[in-house]
Amino acid sequence: MDLHHQTIHELRNLLDKGEISSEELTQKVLSHIEQTEKQLHAFITITPELALEAAKRFDQSRQAGKKPGALAGIPLGIKDNFLTKGSRTTCGSKILGNYIAPYSGTSTQRLLDAGGVMVGKLNMDEFAMGSSNETSAFGEVHNPWDLELIPGGSSGGSAAAVAAGQCSAATGTDTGGSIRLPAALCNLVGMKPTYGRVSRYGVIAFASSLDQVGPLTKDVTDAALMLQVLAGHDPLDSTSLDVPVPHYAQSLVPDVKGWKIGIPKEYFVAGMDPEVEAAMLQAIKTLEGLGAQCGEVSLPHTDYGVPVYYILATAEASSNLARYDGIRYGYRNKEAKELISLYEKSRTEGFGDEVKRRIMLGTYVLSAGYYDAYYLKAQKARTLIRQDFTQVFKNYDVILTPVSPTAAWKLKEKTGDPLKMYLSDIFTINVNLAGLPGMSLPCGFTQGGLPIGMQLIGDSLQEEKLLRMGYAYEQATEWHKRRPKL
Amino acid sequence: MNYEPVIGLEVHAQLLTETKIFCACSTRFGSRPNENTCPVCLGLPGVLPVLNKKVVEYAIRAGLATHCAITRKSVFARKNYFYPDLPKGYQISQYELPICQKGWIEIEVGTQKKRIGITRIHLEEDAGKSLHEHPKTRQHGASWVDLNRAGVALIETVSEPDIRSAEETVAYLKKFRAILVSLGICDGNMEEGSLRCDVNISLRPVGTEKFGTRAELKNMNSFKHIEKALAYEINRQASLLDAGKTITQETRLWNDDLGVTESMRSKEEAFDYRYFPDPDLLPLVVSDTWITEIEKSLPELPDAMRDRLIRDYQLTPYDAAILTGSRDLSRFFEQSVQLYPEAKKVANWIINEFLRLIEGDESRIAGTKITPQHLAKTLQLVDAGTISGSVAKTVLQKIFESGGGPEAVIAREGLAQVSDTGALEAAIAEIIAANPDQVAKYKGGNEKLIGFFVGLVMKKTQGRGNPGLINKLLKDKLG
Ligand SMILES: [Zn+2]
Repeated sequence: MDLHHQTIHELRNLLDKGEISSEELTQKVLSHIEQTEKQLHAFITITPELALEAAKRFDQSRQAGKKPGALAGIPLGIKDNFLTKGSRTTCGSKILGNYIAPYSGTSTQRLLDAGGVMVGKLNMDEFAMGSSNETSAFGEVHNPWDLELIPGGSSGGSAAAVAAGQCSAATGTDTGGSIRLPAALCNLVGMKPTYGRVSRYGVIAFASSLDQVGPLTKDVTDAALMLQVLAGHDPLDSTSLDVPVPHYAQSLVPDVKGWKIGIPKEYFVAGMDPEVEAAMLQAIKTLEGLGAQCGEVSLPHTDYGVPVYYILATAEASSNLARYDGIRYGYRNKEAKELISLYEKSRTEGFGDEVKRRIMLGTYVLSAGYYDAYYLKAQKARTLIRQDFTQVFKNYDVILTPVSPTAAWKLKEKTGDPLKMYLSDIFTINVNLAGLPGMSLPCGFTQGGLPIGMQLIGDSLQEEKLLRMGYAYEQATEWHKRRPKL
Repeated sequence: MNYEPVIGLEVHAQLLTETKIFCACSTRFGSRPNENTCPVCLGLPGVLPVLNKKVVEYAIRAGLATHCAITRKSVFARKNYFYPDLPKGYQISQYELPICQKGWIEIEVGTQKKRIGITRIHLEEDAGKSLHEHPKTRQHGASWVDLNRAGVALIETVSEPDIRSAEETVAYLKKFRAILVSLGICDGNMEEGSLRCDVNISLRPVGTEKFGTRAELKNMNSFKHIEKALAYEINRQASLLDAGKTITQETRLWNDDLGVTESMRSKEEAFDYRYFPDPDLLPLVVSDTWITEIEKSLPELPDAMRDRLIRDYQLTPYDAAILTGSRDLSRFFEQSVQLYPEAKKVANWIINEFLRLIEGDESRIAGTKITPQHLAKTLQLVDAGTISGSVAKTVLQKIFESGGGPEAVIAREGLAQVSDTGALEAAIAEIIAANPDQVAKYKGGNEKLIGFFVGLVMKKTQGRGNPGLINKLLKDKLG
């Protein structure tokens, strides 16, 4: 297989044996980016000089006999809402179009410290608001499985790049499904850890109580590797959890005998693509074949997820995005003569439609007289949604659901209908509301050759169970080995 | 009609922590603009706040010292509004669950004691400072933003509407300031903005219960401003009510140049701050153990100290209240009394002379050249007859101006009392010769004129004549 299609653990093996150098690998990946980027448009900024410089450094330190970091020499893509010191960080928005990050965030720094080689900053929905990567101010991303289709969002650049071999793995952020959905639509493993498991410091906030950082990788082993580096307490993030990080590699055991899997009936609804449903049933069979026991469970408040999410996420976003005001940094309208028009013009021109829609919605639900009816009520519903999961996890190890009701759809298909777009996240949103870990992984293809993903949901801090079950499933299937022809 | 003012205060106090509330930047005053900033207090993309524990401790100190209940689980909220000196577009504050609730402060007006209720004390971050170039002096009056102050910790203390006069307002504020200063959590400097006060005021006819419509007064940065603004506002509202007009609920700014309050914005124009709990910060949980620990570490508070001074030194409540106005002043008093045990006399000298020299600004005590040793020695020199009481004032003045001990000052300035009979007799002879009429009147029985002669002799000796000796010599000569 081509180098650029190999997994991190395969590449690590080659690098450790000295069969390839980090510089060679990086060169190879950079030239692959050059060949494919016109079709995919997965990157907002490519950083070849930085990448080669880092790769040479790792080669030298390997030659000097130094013990390499867990990701030494591995080409990584970083979603463009992660601040990367000295590099442009746009968040997919015109308002930060020329913003050079003055510092690196904790998770990015951890990847770089582990030897990761950043090849560039990945395209995304503007401020991570979108499910198709079509709200990016830098243009849409194309799905490497079919260039006419969306890759999913908001980490669409991350998914397209990893699937196409433009980098070995990438970071994403997941507020309502933004890692899991594009991973599913591009045949990748996408891990959204427990809220607080990975630091949010240095990641541009969309909805602070929901945002979580995680990896998009080619298989479960790589997900464990990446999570190992990313996870852990950060004193700079008050919401990061101060609990020990397990050795995730130890979870990579192909044994789930006797494990109990809950299948929530609310997730198998009318409107689901029959091919997706069939793939789920097949996955259930496979897992049962491995000795797991599947049983129907109920998450009765499932339906409230989408409305609750669009109240809470937009409320937080309306406040989080207030700092982009054209005063200290970012886009500023040059004609404005006084303060209010400076604000109005800079923000009107700097933000795209979807971002403005959500700022307005969020501003509305927090307004005097509406707060109780919307925000407060949504918080109460969020508690009920969380309790649904707690109840199920008393008797089950993991919950299995589809990631999305359909496989990837056509570019522009849903852009005119925001509500239709919002419904692409119905199976992922509640996991964020409950703060739980969720992982999507490849579980089949449509007849048209499009990837289908399944989602494993675990109880708080039970990423190990997701990795173990995912690994067991992966060992029994071949889906994750398919690569798009590009 | 006769109206009664109903007044409530909102006081913002900057806490004296070395670093800001949510980042590690220095809080030093007087740095170059934007020197004390970092990504967090600049509100850059991707930053998160981390609460400074010292700030919480200071707020709890303030709460305990004002008899508040300490909230075991309080919550930070975002107050959303746009302004260039507010980098994040929201201020992190506390809204529904403040850290301290339901306390009181005791004030004295005249001989009356009164409790003023405290509704709440909450924690928040300060905003930066905007500096506007005057549009008339520059073509396009630019505005500059200094974010050194952005993120400095504040406590906002909201009183109940229990205050009924300008006098009570000032008494409350002075007492509150003394408490904060004695706790070591705020320097109490109103001119520099470490202590800022907004006043809510309404009027109601004397004897009625229902509150009138209130105005909120801002921009008063001294006790004098507050007194003047309140006097103006009471008058303004009374005239409107007398004329049958209604009061508009609004925010008004004190304009000290014109001596008036001016409307800034009406209730309808008030911001909708869209408060909601800050998702970047966990609820602030404080343990009973920590509260007990803080309680044990509290210093003697102004009320307790005042009672002790009255008891131990037999001071009047009035004097004791002044001397406990700040920790530095009470310390100065107690150190002086150690060296010169006539407490009443020491109190008088401090209140009448020492405070006059430092212009009532207790924050200057630490830097002044006069020490308790100097005061005590000066009083001893008066007792010993080396200088008169009036020369003692001059001595203190000179020490205040250029330092040095009282003896050195007396020697340097030639202020020692003249007890040389010969010198005094010569002066007396001259004065008797120059005032034959008064001499005749005195001899005719108007003995009160002795004071007139003493005064002249003192003048002649530049105040240095020994008054007892002059008296005696005069009586001999005239008698
Ligand atoms: Zn700072």
